[in-house]
Amino acid sequence: MNSTNESATAQAPRRRTIDIVNRGLKRRYRAERRFRFYGLAAIVLSLAFLALLFVSIVAKGYSAFWQTHIRLAVFFDPEAIRQDTLVNADYAALVRESLLKKFPQAEGRQDRRQLAALVSSGAVYQLRDMVLKDPELIGKTVEAWLPADDDVDMLIKGHFRRDLPESERRVSDKQIAWIERLEAEGRLERKFNTVFLSAGDSREPELAGIWGAVSGSFFTLVITLSLSFPIGVAAAVYLEEFAKKNRWTDLIEVNINNLAAVPSIVFGLLGLAVFLNFFGLPRSAPLVGGLVLTLMTLPTIIIASRSALKSVPPSIREAALGVGASKMQMVVHHVLPLALPGMLTGTIIGMARALGESAPLLMIGMVAFIVDIPKGVSDPATVLPVQIYLWSDSPERAFVERTSAAIMVLLAFLVVMNAGAILLRKKFERRW
Amino acid sequence: MTSFPLLAVLLALSTAAYYIGRRKAFALVNRAGGSVRLHSRPTYHGALTALWCAVPALLIFGFWLAFEGQAITHLVVKDLPESLRSLPSDRLNLVINDIRNLESGSFVSQTAEPAIRAAADHYRRLRSISSQALAAVTIALMAAAVLVVRSRIAPGLRARNHVEGILTGILVACSTIAIFTTIGIILSVLYEAIRFFNVVPISQFLFGLDWSPQMAIRADQVGSSGAFGAVPVFLGTALISAIAMVVAVPIGLMSAIYLSEYAGRRLRAIAKPLIEVLAGIPTVVYGFFAALTVAPVIRDWGNRLGLDVASESALAAGLVMGIMIIPFVSSLSDDFINAVPQSLRDGAYSLGATRSETIRQVIVPAAIPGIIGGVLLAVSRAIGETMIVVMAAGLSANLTVNPLAAVTTVTVQIVTLLVGDQEFDSPKTLAAFALGLILFIVTLCLNIIALYVVRKYREQYE
Repeated sequence: MNSTNESATAQAPRRRTIDIVNRGLKRRYRAERRFRFYGLAAIVLSLAFLALLFVSIVAKGYSAFWQTHIRLAVFFDPEAIRQDTLVNADYAALVRESLLKKFPQAEGRQDRRQLAALVSSGAVYQLRDMVLKDPELIGKTVEAWLPADDDVDMLIKGHFRRDLPESERRVSDKQIAWIERLEAEGRLERKFNTVFLSAGDSREPELAGIWGAVSGSFFTLVITLSLSFPIGVAAAVYLEEFAKKNRWTDLIEVNINNLAAVPSIVFGLLGLAVFLNFFGLPRSAPLVGGLVLTLMTLPTIIIASRSALKSVPPSIREAALGVGASKMQMVVHHVLPLALPGMLTGTIIGMARALGESAPLLMIGMVAFIVDIPKGVSDPATVLPVQIYLWSDSPERAFVERTSAAIMVLLAFLVVMNAGAILLRKKFERRW
Repeated sequence: MTSFPLLAVLLALSTAAYYIGRRKAFALVNRAGGSVRLHSRPTYHGALTALWCAVPALLIFGFWLAFEGQAITHLVVKDLPESLRSLPSDRLNLVINDIRNLESGSFVSQTAEPAIRAAADHYRRLRSISSQALAAVTIALMAAAVLVVRSRIAPGLRARNHVEGILTGILVACSTIAIFTTIGIILSVLYEAIRFFNVVPISQFLFGLDWSPQMAIRADQVGSSGAFGAVPVFLGTALISAIAMVVAVPIGLMSAIYLSEYAGRRLRAIAKPLIEVLAGIPTVVYGFFAALTVAPVIRDWGNRLGLDVASESALAAGLVMGIMIIPFVSSLSDDFINAVPQSLRDGAYSLGATRSETIRQVIVPAAIPGIIGGVLLAVSRAIGETMIVVMAAGLSANLTVNPLAAVTTVTVQIVTLLVGDQEFDSPKTLAAFALGLILFIVTLCLNIIALYVVRKYREQYE
């Protein structure tokens, strides 16, 4: 543009317009550069947000996959454990005794309590399981790695500052001295946190795990998938292949588009009023969660399935009808198999959305504190995002890292699902 | 739940029915030595038998399960002693809950009275009768269906047409679920909301300036319970959504413009999916991010500047919500910018406009209806967004537009009113449904307007 302007200047007698243009050019180019910069800045800013989100969560959460353990010489006192009470014996006393043996200078009730607080209350179950597995242990002294209390864990991981005045931290000076001695003797070690991946919820951070929530999510998604996929595909097939264009199908279409944009919490209200109060289905059950999420994901699946059906060229349909197939045969034998990859992709994306959804599940009571791992679709359960919500409300510092770790697990599931959807699309996508 | 074995039996029987039907069809052909031509292929006879076997049984199964609980409760209540039956309905509900808990063997709040214990036994007996009756009815029905269909199988039976008819019926039924869902939402929310407006006048709810639903401590305080003026709640929702829009619209729009008009193929291929990732992150993650990372930072900065920032400021929630909505705005705007015909661009360039002038004075004005539609959809998302505000915004309903103060939103109030113990007759619980009704109506209107605008816009350039 510029060069044509200049050549025009050379010939034309009228110089006024071009003067105006030239005078403005600098400013206009500056505006151009500024505008371009804004655009780039917007992209950089949104990517920076994304990076910040991931970095802050990983930085907070990665340490939760390790848990501090304390090695103690535990004497399985035959006095404390009698054969008839193996299950109910006072294992806490064993832990206390072995700690006292280690630190005989701890005297007075306060000191002893602080000493006992170094070890997690979950150590009791670990010792019990050891004895139940091998009753021969009774009467022997065994070196055992016991989980440390969450406060000790936080201190070791550096989340508590040791230089604060004693009144401002959760770990007292004495406890720090003990911990430092244990550290010096190599009796403190960070081990891979299997509890976090295998246990249900707990009030004690070091005993809390995500397995209960993961199973709850699994059962909920099984219900959602087994209802929403067939129903969604059927609805899409009807609307795309069979339905005539009339008022009724228009109404259905408007409804589907609107439902896709209705806030998810409204589906929760529906679930509460209809499934729980009207039909009397159990509270907190994955069954009801699955039903609610089915209604929520149906529009997504229907819309995706319809576009998959639309992308199958009409020539396929005409060929099938031409050799004498009925309309249903044409759809079932020819169109559906060709549209299936697209439908599956849409379904996986819908399932990923359902997996991350928590608001409607709060309404139907899936926020209860549930320790047991659900065994079926009618057991009380919670789901992974709701577990994250519950933990994020907990005051203990150790739950912050566990919340972040649970988020990492959730995001990992979502990445896998979305990658699966992309792979599926890449592998089966056909351009006609 | 005891119904899963029955469901498995149901499936197994239907599979068996398929083979029975198919064998009958084959047998017909073989008996005649191959001279008989069936109207339909044998698989259709099998499918017809299986469908007749499964569909009615499944329907009965569903209805039975749906209404079993109510019927049994009704029967149990009818047999309760007079003293218990004459209790007010909320107390009666407690009694029924006790009975149910006792029946399922779970924790019971108080030591059970003999009457309740008897009722629980009664309940248990009725339940076992019911499940046995259900099993008997469905299995008998299925057997009968198989026998009838099998006897009807003949060379002239138009099995394929029947099967296709049934399948079409199923397809139609599935497609109407969307309508039933909408009706269900409207009815359930409206019903409870009307009950709420019977207690609290609708004008007080819509225009009252004081919101404190938590004041009712005992059930008999209902009349003197807290205030239900929802204006502060609406204002808080509007404030947080506005902050979100202030973040999302410029960033989303500018990145869409850059990606579609300036960026090279490589940058576009990398940046676009990455921005879309923001839309796929669960909202609970954003909530956590807002509450634990953004809010403390904002408070620290504010304190350093000498401002008084609430720890649950509207700014933190709005900011993070804006981040969440960026991809929504950007991908919609991207569509609309790409839909502007190339001829408009070429026209502007030929007049000597720079690229940014073309964008600002030609493309954006041409795409503005679509962009407005997209922004309206984004607003409806922001209003309905729950987890971010539940985790990062406050509970106190302050009547303020100060972004540094704590405000509450419609969704936060719905969650706090409904999570935890609830009595279903107190205005406190019902208020959540009234708020839900408003939320539904507002988002519905926004969606309808947005979809209308977008559709009109699409038609314009197609």
